[in-house]
Amino acid sequence: MSVRNVTAESAPVRWLLISAAIGVLGLFLLLPLAAVFVEALRKGWEVFLASLHDEAALSAVKLTLMAALVSVPLNTLFGISAAWAITKFRFKGRSLLLALIDLPFAVSPVIAGLVFVLLFGAKGWFGPWLSEHDIKIIFAFPGIIIATIFITFPFVARELIPLMESQGSDQEEAAVTLGARGWQIFWRVTLPNIKWGLLYGVLLCNARAMGEFGAVSVVSGHIRGKTNTLPLHIEVLYNEYQFSAAFACATLLALLALFTLGIKSVVEQLSGHSSSAKH
Amino acid sequence: MSKRRVIPGFGMSLGFSITWLSLIILIPLAALFIKAAGLGWEEWRELLGSPQVIAAAKLTFGASAAAATVSAVLGLLVTWVLVRYEFPGRRLLDAMIDLPFALPTAVAGITLCAIYAPNGWLGEILASLGIQAAYNWLGVFIALTFIGFPFVVRTLQPVMADMGKEIEEAAATLGAGRWTVFRRVVFPLLVPALITGFTLAFARAIGEYGSVIFISGNLPMKTEILPHLIIIQLEQYNYEAAAAIATGMLVVSFSLLFLINLLQRRIDWQNR
Repeated sequence: MSVRNVTAESAPVRWLLISAAIGVLGLFLLLPLAAVFVEALRKGWEVFLASLHDEAALSAVKLTLMAALVSVPLNTLFGISAAWAITKFRFKGRSLLLALIDLPFAVSPVIAGLVFVLLFGAKGWFGPWLSEHDIKIIFAFPGIIIATIFITFPFVARELIPLMESQGSDQEEAAVTLGARGWQIFWRVTLPNIKWGLLYGVLLCNARAMGEFGAVSVVSGHIRGKTNTLPLHIEVLYNEYQFSAAFACATLLALLALFTLGIKSVVEQLSGHSSSAKH
Repeated sequence: MSKRRVIPGFGMSLGFSITWLSLIILIPLAALFIKAAGLGWEEWRELLGSPQVIAAAKLTFGASAAAATVSAVLGLLVTWVLVRYEFPGRRLLDAMIDLPFALPTAVAGITLCAIYAPNGWLGEILASLGIQAAYNWLGVFIALTFIGFPFVVRTLQPVMADMGKEIEEAAATLGAGRWTVFRRVVFPLLVPALITGFTLAFARAIGEYGSVIFISGNLPMKTEILPHLIIIQLEQYNYEAAAAIATGMLVVSFSLLFLINLLQRRIDWQNR
């Protein structure tokens, strides 16, 4: 007698559900991804390469890299220190701090840009003082940096906190009893345990930093060749009906996104391996 | 008495975290609320009561709610298939779910536009059926669904994966059919995660800008979203109006997240 698996659906139902899910994912994930590359190459390789060699495109790439180079390390430092405080200690206001770290997720990118215009803009609180001292924040590089930091603020902390919470503090306490000092504990004990999660958090933070659009769009002022990051350059090209050039630049960011997702899968496998190896 | 802390670095790590949090997040947000608090009742009514703001609010909240609802349904289907079934390409699709998180919103925006514009990949087919997707509320809805459904999948997935099959087996031995088991046993267990995913998708959709503005076309009174109105006010140096709209949006999204926090705590408490 054949045993029917009571917790499985019949084959036709299963087949139907699988095809429906693949259809949904194809429509929402694969089709847009394919569209980026097909549209970028619509006018051939020459136009594609020329759009990337364009002077404005190169300066946009440079600005984007610089913005990420400043904001990602700062938020990484914050992420590690917040995760250390929250997971290694119990203190008053701990859950409030946890909730506040998530706050930027609930703030529209446009509002993130707006708050800095209210502070540093021409008609903002510090506006008159800044213009007296000839310091430019809004419509300049510092504004782009601050807005990017705001948007990417939670990413590293959010990746590290659950990871460090689940690992507990036993190893660090053992290190203390063996006479290890503060930084020694971090470099020799904690960091090796969290390196993969940290790597993914940093990459996610980086992907967001390089791809941020709304917040940067508010504070940058769209000065071509000067304050246009790559996403803003894409917008300009698109609004000028230079579709192939816009999509050519978009492929760079799409490849960055794919790279980030690829690393995530690798990290998940590696950390899955290491945790199962422990048991 | 507090236990002596064994692990070093408490003062430094907490001090740096709170300083950085205050400088980057809290003080700037406070500046916004102080600006908004300076507005009189009449000004509020004038700024938020204009037909343009009301039309944009209806579109933003309406399309966000619709997109989050559809995201919940699609997310449930996709998560079920990814967790329960083995099929070729499953791992690849699972890894791809996060694409809308990782893909910059401007790229998503122009891409969705290329697909759904009247002469686009799918837009042409839809147009021949008399459906206009881009430059219409439908386009806004499509963009927000694209942005929202990964939230539902990623909140449902761990819950579904941890769910033992014992209760389903028990229900089956008691004579329940597969559909009944799903409806009466499995689904109720998924509801909290489903609500959390819905709320996250909804909150994100309210503030979404980059992926929407290209496909929406920003037609005044028709396809303008609230974040775009903030941009317009800023371009006219009308900081008060921008701050008023932003405050209204933040109050809604913060309340939503506060509500799921409460819900989560209640569930944790019940499961204890």
